[in-house]
Amino acid sequence: MTAQTHTKRRAHGTAGYNEISSRTTRMLLYFVAFMVLALILIPLGFAVLGGFRSMGQLSESPVSLPNPWVFTNYADVLTLGTFWRQLFNSTAIAVLTTAIVIPVASLAAFVIARFSFRGREAVYTLFTMGLLFPVAVAIVPLFIVVRQLNLTDSFFGVALPQVAFALPLSIVIMRPFLRSIPAELEEAAAIDGCSPFRFYRSVIIPLSRPVLSTVAVLTIVTSWNAFLLPLVVMSDSNNWTLPIGVTNFSTQYTTDTARVLAFTTLSMIPALLFYLIAERQIVSGLSSGAVKG
Amino acid sequence: MTSARVLARTQRTHKPTKKRWPLILAFLAPALSIYLLFVVYPIVQGMHFSVYDWNGLKALDDFVGLDNFRQAFADPTFTGAIRHNVVILVLSLVVQLPFALALAVLLNQRLRGRAFMRMMFFAPYVLSEVVTAVVWRQIMRPSGFLDHIMSGVGAQGLTQEWLANPRIVLYSLFFVITWKYFGLHMIIMLAGLQGIPHELKEAAAIDGATWGQTFRRVTLPLLGPTIRVSVFLSIIGSLQLFDLVWVLTKGGPVNASNTMATYMYDWGFRKLQIGYASAISVIVFGISLIVALAYQRWVLRRDIQGALTTMGA
Repeated sequence: MTAQTHTKRRAHGTAGYNEISSRTTRMLLYFVAFMVLALILIPLGFAVLGGFRSMGQLSESPVSLPNPWVFTNYADVLTLGTFWRQLFNSTAIAVLTTAIVIPVASLAAFVIARFSFRGREAVYTLFTMGLLFPVAVAIVPLFIVVRQLNLTDSFFGVALPQVAFALPLSIVIMRPFLRSIPAELEEAAAIDGCSPFRFYRSVIIPLSRPVLSTVAVLTIVTSWNAFLLPLVVMSDSNNWTLPIGVTNFSTQYTTDTARVLAFTTLSMIPALLFYLIAERQIVSGLSSGAVKG
Repeated sequence: MTSARVLARTQRTHKPTKKRWPLILAFLAPALSIYLLFVVYPIVQGMHFSVYDWNGLKALDDFVGLDNFRQAFADPTFTGAIRHNVVILVLSLVVQLPFALALAVLLNQRLRGRAFMRMMFFAPYVLSEVVTAVVWRQIMRPSGFLDHIMSGVGAQGLTQEWLANPRIVLYSLFFVITWKYFGLHMIIMLAGLQGIPHELKEAAAIDGATWGQTFRRVTLPLLGPTIRVSVFLSIIGSLQLFDLVWVLTKGGPVNASNTMATYMYDWGFRKLQIGYASAISVIVFGISLIVALAYQRWVLRRDIQGALTTMGA
């Protein structure tokens, strides 16, 4: 689509109606973009490079390149059992959450999008209301409920509430997509004697792969970054996820900033790698979810 | 057009016959039960707990009526926390959103490397709040990285105790919030900008409008719905701020950066006053709901109707 608009604009000859065209303004735009880029990259660079410094270097010259490069901080963290355990816990919870969200949300969205029944709009509104309330608002009673269900210190104790709080956005993103799948397909399937569940499984799910992957990616990122819920649900340090590990590590080694930065850097690498791979889904999911309201 | 026809036909094929109900219920059941159990039920429970003095363990029998609410509004720490939420909210609307809009407009230009820029500008949003806060806490600590940079450019006179000075901390916090979240608003607005038909801008240009005039008279009004959604997300986000603040400052120094949510966490999980903390969460819930309904009623209504009629296109 971008390529198309480009050629269209170029063919038109003037850049006037959409482009800020004067040379100096364009230079200014590049300058602003460059400044923002620096503002984002410098803190990240500080964290990555900080992990390669000794404590002395970090307090005396945190701005220049490390001299000499110190590798012990990263090596220490990587040989730490806790880092790997937390990496595993974070991954397991993210996978578990996503594996539940996808079928549960798509079944509900399928019915809400393609069946007309009394109370449909009420059900949809009930789900969309959830967009107003991230976990933080309900965390105190939510913790009590998780405790009543004996789910504290278990992966499900984090994953199930995360599924619940992920449903609103997932359903909002899925509904228009599922609705736009042509009814002819369904008629044809029905004539062939295909049950609605079979239709859902063999037609809807394969056709909805783009929107399902968007929802999966958003769920994984949210779960990966979650802090408050695992913080209150997981009291045994063996069950901590990376965000809790990072905060705990940073208060435990307040004086050893370099090692804290190494730990922090290592913990953000999976998220950044994942972002590199799935940028398109994340961006399209969040902007379409928001724009379609 | 076609989508409307498809929609009509979809509805025709699915007349709500009695036979359909078991199916509909079976498909909705997993989502509804998880949602009711972990979202709706806790909210109702929260309202219930909020009228008790309860530590979460003993029997729930010390009914105190609205005392918890009275106590909350009489506590200057809590009203201070509300004020901090409002400050962050206002700053987000007047600083962060225009900044995000400016960058969206910038990325909507034919600039070299703009795909890369978009990717980088949005990257902080994908980082966890915890990582963001830990890194910025190191940057902003006394004679840390930020102070070194400022001395390096000859601004050592302006260095501050960024996170330890009660008069500064809220603004430092806001800076980090902007760093983390502007990318979300930027891509939302970028999507909005790309949805504006070129013909309109073209027509304005043919009529001799300058870029500035076109932006003010054509682009901005057409971007209205998108901006309103962004404003809405920003308001809700500001009211419920927790992770960043907690890791960055724990609400300190001397409560100068407390938000309603950090105050609630402090009472619920450190002082173990579940009843009182539930009252706070009911208050946050109430404020969010009122704001959301008012916004929905007065501002978003038109957009949502528009969205529904063009849905599926």
